[in-house]
Amino acid sequence: MSNLMKTVAIAGAVTAALAAQTSTASAAGQVKCYGVALAGENDCKAGAGTTCAGSSTVDYQGNAWKLVDEGTCAAMDLPDDRMGSLEELDRDLPG
Amino acid sequence: MSVTQTKFHTALLDPDQPVPLGLSDGQGQPAGSRFAVYRNNVASSLTEALEISFPVIAKLIGAENFKAISGLFLRQHPPKVPMLSQYGDDMPAFLAGFKPLEHIKYLADTARLEQAMRVSYHAADAAPIDAHDLQALTPEDMATARFTFAPSALLVRSPWPIHGIWTFNMQDGAPKPPATAQSVLVLRPEFDPDLHLLSEPAAICMLALMAGETLSNANDAALNDDPEFDLATLLGLLLAHGAITQLKSGDTA
Repeated sequence: MSNLMKTVAIAGAVTAALAAQTSTASAAGQVKCYGVALAGENDCKAGAGTTCAGSSTVDYQGNAWKLVDEGTCAAMDLPDDRMGSLEELDRDLPG
Repeated sequence: MSVTQTKFHTALLDPDQPVPLGLSDGQGQPAGSRFAVYRNNVASSLTEALEISFPVIAKLIGAENFKAISGLFLRQHPPKVPMLSQYGDDMPAFLAGFKPLEHIKYLADTARLEQAMRVSYHAADAAPIDAHDLQALTPEDMATARFTFAPSALLVRSPWPIHGIWTFNMQDGAPKPPATAQSVLVLRPEFDPDLHLLSEPAAICMLALMAGETLSNANDAALNDDPEFDLATLLGLLLAHGAITQLKSGDTA
């Protein structure tokens, strides 16, 4: 392949990759959502090999969070009119 | 305190060693079985960290075997840094050289993949380039563009189907691993790393890009392996997951 052909091929690939981007660009990011995780199911910033993931002891513990798709945190169906929150909550704390 | 760190450390990793002479309980009495309790806790917390970090290995060889192997491993490879989240980076090499398990040839590479996911998880955040910066280049500059990748972007190549083995063990209903070599790109767009199975030419291209080759040269290397290679798919994957953090162009050096 000539250099010109190669350059055209690369430019074409970049354009195609970018075109695919715009269709997926709206894919939501993830946010920390407090007060929605079941006991022992919370996520942790420090990750695997540490002790805070899965450390919540009551359902929907207010100071424990789980990663959820952006925009879904406050809309989750939780029992007894609870709502998820992007900020730490003081409800359902372990006794 | 009349006990040296060396003596303390040696006794800590060997349950057959007596309590270091001169170690006291803080109230002038010999430490006695308090030391044994501490020694046991050190071993069990390291074992637990390894179990959490290498869940697929634990499944492949069984929980009991994994515990036993962890006991051997932690005594040969005690932590080098005071962070449990990094503990176990020697595990793949340890498994590769572990005679009783050498018949499970894919074990070490599977552990390499699990370790890569941990490294990716804890890697520093890095701001991705705007995809339009790439688009703004002239076609000539695109061809000579070189990329820098996020520290969380890691490529694991293996002659074994490591992606299939990982998903089969970690995801419900995943199909059995195919009998083929696999390359996996670990990307972490936000908080959690994802695994992406790469075709052989895509892995060759990625390897070249990671080594600092130009887009054109990396593409050539991939096409050389497979004339059907589609650069757009790989570029799309990298851009969509924020893996490219720096773009250099215009130099043909």
